[in-house]
Amino acid sequence: MLAALLLMGVSVFGQTNTMAASIARGKVLYQNICLACHQADGSGVPRMNPPLIRTSFVLGDKTKLITIVLKGLNDDVEIEGEYYSNPMPPQAQLKDQEIADVLTYVRNSFGNKAGAVKAAEVKVVRAKIK
Amino acid sequence: MNKTVSLATVALATFLTSFGPGVPGTTVKPDADNAGLKLPSGFGALVAAEGLGHARHLTVTPEGNLYVKVEGTRNKGNTIWYLQDTNGDGKIDNKTGFFKYDGTGIEVKGNYLYASSNTDVYRFKLNEKHQVIDTTKAETIVTGLINRHQHEAKAFTLDNEGNLYVNIGAYSNSCQTKDRTKGSMGMQPCPILDSAGGIWQFKADKANQTYGDGQRYATGLRNVVGLDWNTQLNQLFVMQHGRDQLHDLFPDLYDEKQSAELPAECMYALHKGSDCGWPYIYYDQFQHKKILAPEYGGDGKKTGGDHIQDPAAAYPGHMAPNAILFYTGTMFPEKYRNGAFIAFHGSWNRAPEPQKGYFVVFQPFKDGKPAGDWEIFAEGFAGPGEIKSPGQAQHRPCGLAQGPDGSLYVSDDVKGTVYRIVYNK
Repeated sequence: MLAALLLMGVSVFGQTNTMAASIARGKVLYQNICLACHQADGSGVPRMNPPLIRTSFVLGDKTKLITIVLKGLNDDVEIEGEYYSNPMPPQAQLKDQEIADVLTYVRNSFGNKAGAVKAAEVKVVRAKIK
Repeated sequence: MNKTVSLATVALATFLTSFGPGVPGTTVKPDADNAGLKLPSGFGALVAAEGLGHARHLTVTPEGNLYVKVEGTRNKGNTIWYLQDTNGDGKIDNKTGFFKYDGTGIEVKGNYLYASSNTDVYRFKLNEKHQVIDTTKAETIVTGLINRHQHEAKAFTLDNEGNLYVNIGAYSNSCQTKDRTKGSMGMQPCPILDSAGGIWQFKADKANQTYGDGQRYATGLRNVVGLDWNTQLNQLFVMQHGRDQLHDLFPDLYDEKQSAELPAECMYALHKGSDCGWPYIYYDQFQHKKILAPEYGGDGKKTGGDHIQDPAAAYPGHMAPNAILFYTGTMFPEKYRNGAFIAFHGSWNRAPEPQKGYFVVFQPFKDGKPAGDWEIFAEGFAGPGEIKSPGQAQHRPCGLAQGPDGSLYVSDDVKGTVYRIVYNK
């Protein structure tokens, strides 16, 4: 059912590929893939998993953000004076549209407000880092 | 003559009461609200210190002064605090900071203060008052231990025969070929166990030891933050942080609720050569069985690891036991003597289920073995209401230490509060 919905979201663009639809699909992906570590409210885990709230990692350069999702992150990250170091596994198995959806959701949740990420942007980044 | 002697004794006793914090015979007054904690009847608590940063473990000197280890400064600030209560009211009124390496472990042993970074163990020489003689002179005891951004805290303890026991946590969740990746199977054999995922034993007084100088004392331990040497049994006890994400990684085998509750956080009574089974098995506290990990062909029911040591006790999943302390004091009632206090830092890997833990537990012991159910001893650290994500917790218990008067100290690594729990009949 879930897979069917996702498939519809991806294939029937035009009508469903608005930002609101992308956020709705992204929310489901977030719950299945990201929530365990980044938490339901995007606050992360203190000094382990970074928060996704009002940080330049999320709101800033989309290329960097897409790269983190595709390649994962195994680095010490500083956000507002706190350090986060737990590794994030790569999520390259996700389709371009899925990455666009989940990032659009994250960039417009938890108090965040930023532009949508498009599948085409993910495609460009994926091609570059291959 | 007799009268003079007794007056002198009284004067000395008064002196100790006023100036000897934590010394037997001293009574400190709990805070009116017991520092926000809920405790069993007869116990009280006070905030001894606060604002110390991310306070991890702590240790008390025979004089009742504290050393607290701090992390999270990225080697930019002081990471050891020496705390004194000079007027004996229980509140710290003198604080000195030193040492630049973030880390978790700290312990006073004999005339030395031992402290760990995330790769090394150091020690400082103490004077007769157990004060560090030269805070700029840290002697490196162990160096070059693995730190790969996961389970990096080198928590440790010492025995009474000159040995140091250091946790080297596994830089992995469950030794999958691809760490924390859905469906990825476990490496066979798990290569991490050569250099991590266990407790290593070193000499407490030999400089610059590394892997080749120490020996792997116990293996198959994913990550241990709480460990204590039980002097009654002359044995090392550790608390393992069990694996995460059963549902995320194997959604066909575990639902979210099962994943929030499994596997158990386990207490192990170690001996040389102990194998506790990570990553191949985990302990299921409902089935009371060692279960084959899904990465190694398990389905949540198949048992495994017949040669693997059973835990001494098991606790609910993901609550993160960050300290264990065998209580040897006389301040608390008889039932607490030689039993274990355990500080549960509180979970994050129960989401989307509400988080649990964030309390100090008492585990009764009888004849050297856990006897009877564990009970919550101190709670309320996290604040009121349900904790949905760990960032909501106002305080999280992380370290435990026993004062010379039998007080129990608890450190908090959110805001750096040090609680002191006392018993007044």
